Amino acid sequence: MSTDTRPDAPLRDQYMPRESLTAGQLPKFTDLGLLVISIAVAAAILALFGSFNLVGAIVLGGPLFLIGIFALAFNVEGQRRAVNRVARYVILGAFILALVPLVSLLWEVISKGLPRFDWQFFTQTKRNVVGEGGGAAHAIMGTLIVTGLATVFSVPVGLFTAIYLVEYGKGWPKTVITFLVDVMTGIPSIVAGLFAYALFSTVIGPSKSGLAGAVALTVLMVPYVVRNSEEIIRLVPNSLREASYALGVTRWRTIVKVVLPTSISGIVSGVILAIARIIGETAPLLVTMGFTDSMNTNALPTGSMNPMTALPVFVYYEYTRPGRPQQAYFDRAWTGALVLVLIVMILNIIGRYVAKRFAPKINR
Amino acid sequence: MSATRGEVVTEDPTPEQSLLVDRRNIGDPVFKGISVGSGMLILAILAAVAAFLIIQAVPAFLTDAADLKYGNTWGYVAPFLFGTIWSSFLALLMAVPVAVGIALYISHFAPKQLAAPVAFIVDLLAAVPSVVFGLWGINVLAPALVPIYQWLGANLGWIPLFGGKVSGTGRTMLTAAIVLAIMILPIITSLTREVFLRTPGLQEEASFALGATRWEMIGQVVFPFGRSGVVSASMLGLGRALGETMAVAMVLSGGRNITFQLLTSNNPNTIASNIALAFPEADSHAVPQLIATGLVLFVITFVVNMVGRAITSGRGFQWPFKRAGKEA
Repeated sequence: MSTDTRPDAPLRDQYMPRESLTAGQLPKFTDLGLLVISIAVAAAILALFGSFNLVGAIVLGGPLFLIGIFALAFNVEGQRRAVNRVARYVILGAFILALVPLVSLLWEVISKGLPRFDWQFFTQTKRNVVGEGGGAAHAIMGTLIVTGLATVFSVPVGLFTAIYLVEYGKGWPKTVITFLVDVMTGIPSIVAGLFAYALFSTVIGPSKSGLAGAVALTVLMVPYVVRNSEEIIRLVPNSLREASYALGVTRWRTIVKVVLPTSISGIVSGVILAIARIIGETAPLLVTMGFTDSMNTNALPTGSMNPMTALPVFVYYEYTRPGRPQQAYFDRAWTGALVLVLIVMILNIIGRYVAKRFAPKINR
Repeated sequence: MSATRGEVVTEDPTPEQSLLVDRRNIGDPVFKGISVGSGMLILAILAAVAAFLIIQAVPAFLTDAADLKYGNTWGYVAPFLFGTIWSSFLALLMAVPVAVGIALYISHFAPKQLAAPVAFIVDLLAAVPSVVFGLWGINVLAPALVPIYQWLGANLGWIPLFGGKVSGTGRTMLTAAIVLAIMILPIITSLTREVFLRTPGLQEEASFALGATRWEMIGQVVFPFGRSGVVSASMLGLGRALGETMAVAMVLSGGRNITFQLLTSNNPNTIASNIALAFPEADSHAVPQLIATGLVLFVITFVVNMVGRAITSGRGFQWPFKRAGKEA
């Protein structure tokens, strides 16, 4: 079946001479031509006022183009087709509008981050560094430790909750937990940080440590692990479980030996994507972990202050509290941002790849 | 729904009936216990979040206002509450139309091969850490907007929104709202896209068969079908915007000034951003009050998210303006 259901598709071409059909339509190149003309006109207007620039020409040319295409189409094709055309370009424009910040951001992060993207950045700390030099090894280590701890905490809880929801849960507890997990994905990250701080303050008195940061990140990560794993475990066909039960295998061994191995790729991918979600979190770590320029691999809350720096917090402080010369601090901040973006992108790509490459062939 | 997943097979046979009695089977109850326990732990975590915030925030509400660092807690949180809601509202106002447009482009306009890459690109925006958005906002966006703000202030200054002394740095409420809008765009887009993709194909084809143009079809079929989805996606986006911290903390030049003016450098801060800015240096007098503001934020986002999720799961919400004669 033909999938082109557009009313303006020339289906009748085969039966009638072409001229009569295209009579009421704009020729195909009209849109592109008009766009070029609009931008040129906009550029000319700007030049007339003596403030020519390409961005301005495009920003002004867009609306000009929309007005032009509407007027043209209105006269040739009628009002309905004209509205349709304008709507199509407005929608396309929305997509292009969203591309602008993404491209600009990536360009900026790469071009400003590259100058300090060197070996030193990854191998040295900022201890006793004033001005240029130094690196973010302590911050990268902090991020690895805190994210690692959060993963260790949240994967068992999240995975078993997903198993509960799919395999055991029924009635209102299941409904309530599903709903609250959804709501939990919306907890503001700063609130998770305040919670971890409040928890440690109440139990052992005011303190800042990597462990508190990990607890905050766990609160943020668990719901993602639950949602991702639940969706995947739900996809395991019942026939597999029933075959296992029919062999007399107990329920938990069925889950461990049949259900989980079948869905393992999806679970791993879900965990990786969840890590990607939380590895860039700044606010909760700002509140819970404090800040230091030295390497600290001890996450335990020893004493009232055992500060640890994570990469996002490093970026924040390098930028907002620069010393002299400022540029050295800004450079480190941008390189930190570049490293963060790279980590998140790589995790996303690995997560998607694992899900695709190692997916079980369920529908044989 | 309830009788799926091997329930039939696993009704535990009583020992007499069972052919294969494993008397040493302690694995099952233990495993089930761990699973149920984990589920309950989720509830416990949520309860603990509320409980510990309350425990630490209590002094802020009970102590005499004169003994508190920032004075009366409600008076302290009021401007930040206003700033939070105002910035999120502005962000939503900008993000929803664009998000709906992109979702429509992916679901109904883009060629099949292009739809997946486009969706991926929009998801990439969600992957960018908020501190990086903050860097970009303060370095690139704010300076780029200054000329536009000055033009707006000079020519449209009589509109109260654009009134006041225009900021020279561009770190205004409008800039913060734009950054927020960009940050919540991906979540609104992806949720809206899901709903639009589920529009019944037969209804779409019926609309086309009656001679509708693509845009008319969208108005007749896709929007009515996806309306509650768009509303719920917007609520979830709003929840994100309310709680977004670092980008606002870096971009907005915020204080405690309640104003609707968009272009000045004297803006109300948001709750989250204020906590991030004040907490690292806060002493023991200030901490309870900051945690109290966090509690207020928690309650608001919790309610917003609950409403959003409730709409998605289709319980207890009916869009009030159903077009007559459309249900067939």
